Amino acid sequence: MAKRYSALSLLRHALLPSSPWPRAWRSPAPKSSYDVVIIGGGGHGLATAYYLAANHGIKNVAVIERGYIGSGNVGRNTTIVRSNYMIGGNTKFFEFSLQLWEGLSHTLNFNVMLSQRGQIGLAHNPSQMDVLARKGNIMRLHGIDAELLDRGQVMKLLPYLDYSDAARFPVVGGIIQQRAGTVRHDAVAWGYARAASDLGVDIIENCEMTGFTMEQGKVTGIETTKGPIRAGKTAIAVAGHSSHVAAKAGLRLPVESHLLQAFVSEPIKPLIHHVVSFGAELFYISQSDKGGLVFGGHIDGFNNYTQRGQLPKIQTVAECAVSLIPAVSRLRLLRHWAGIMDMTPDGAPFICGTPIPNLYLDGGWCYQGFKAIPASGWTFAHTVAKGEAHELNRCFSLDRFEKGGELDDHGAGNWNYKQ
Amino acid sequence: MLRITCPWCGERDYSEFRYGSDASKARPAHGTGDLKAWHDHVFLFDNPKGPHREYWQHVLGCRQWLVLERDTATNTPGAARSAREAAAKGGAGR
Repeated sequence: MAKRYSALSLLRHALLPSSPWPRAWRSPAPKSSYDVVIIGGGGHGLATAYYLAANHGIKNVAVIERGYIGSGNVGRNTTIVRSNYMIGGNTKFFEFSLQLWEGLSHTLNFNVMLSQRGQIGLAHNPSQMDVLARKGNIMRLHGIDAELLDRGQVMKLLPYLDYSDAARFPVVGGIIQQRAGTVRHDAVAWGYARAASDLGVDIIENCEMTGFTMEQGKVTGIETTKGPIRAGKTAIAVAGHSSHVAAKAGLRLPVESHLLQAFVSEPIKPLIHHVVSFGAELFYISQSDKGGLVFGGHIDGFNNYTQRGQLPKIQTVAECAVSLIPAVSRLRLLRHWAGIMDMTPDGAPFICGTPIPNLYLDGGWCYQGFKAIPASGWTFAHTVAKGEAHELNRCFSLDRFEKGGELDDHGAGNWNYKQ
Repeated sequence: MLRITCPWCGERDYSEFRYGSDASKARPAHGTGDLKAWHDHVFLFDNPKGPHREYWQHVLGCRQWLVLERDTATNTPGAARSAREAAAKGGAGR
């Protein structure tokens, strides 16, 4: 059992450097059998393991991670959390997630550094303002905070935007969700790993899943590079490679793997105090605690597993940055990276059972995987434990396309992501 | 940078093209197939990590549709040929 972190423990370790901090989570060899095996030790897999143990008392659980904890998409995103979604299903799910984020440091006894700096979405013409007003009204009817901003209010909050007559896309106004913000993404992985490990979950790093063991059409466990592991239930939470893993069980998914790039500039003094998104293009920017500007745009637009970006997207995103904030034009890009994501036909995820008995799926996180981690873990754990959906993930089923239940937040499938 | 050799225009940056999905799937003939056959055709993908046959449209060039062979694990492009020709020869219906 890891010792609890506290002000006192911080002081003790500061004054006694000879006593190193203990490992945050155990590193056991895999047992031959578990009640639940989760494939994928990212944010979703670790959160699911934690809530299986904490909410449902299922502690005989293993999380199998091909690399090391924090090496996948959980450490490869722009760290933004928010709940400003408009359509049924998404609205309540992401608000529940934000509520869990708000208590997460306390729940996990691990400082995830939630910074509720507010997220501002900009409008560049009156019809965009109408859409934002409608979105804000729907959010407020669900008890979620949202405030419309006129041009003057935006100028006060974001004085560095281009308000000149030469601006390609004039700023007409915007909408702010004050409770939105950012979280330290590595801390999310480490915090969930440590808390889950404390409750008895085995976290097996550097262990690749190579196949399923199946008996009479049912999944009975997995084959790994550390040997076979039997499982009462098996849960896939691998983001980006969902179809790769599901194919090993003979399952085809409504998923194409696409590449999303993000960027960090050299660190500068505090300039951007919110998360800002540009309504004229898909572009969003915030400033990290270290001072770097963190930003991203569209996905690259074709299916890809390379985890390497392409230059045209760097150019497009940089053009957005300069068009919105001329002051960044001479900043140097410190680094950029790319993550692989599951794109689904409607842009919404899957948290559900599958047609194969004992096999469960959490995947299809096109663009919103990071902010969904707590609610995804909570509802996926419920689904795995009880064999049925929680009311918040009922809409994220695998058969929704057959049943006309698409969750299409943009009204255009995932096409506008793919442009 | 991924470069695609358009059969009409020659080798160009991929940014002149728009991706148009998996070309290995054959569309069920109109008026045939049950709902499941159509669901599977429209929504399910093999999504392989490796060789992939796919549609691209040369939107900033001749606007023709192509079928390109590309390795999704390395981005190495193979031959591109006319989607019309590929469809006529069968196997790339759409």
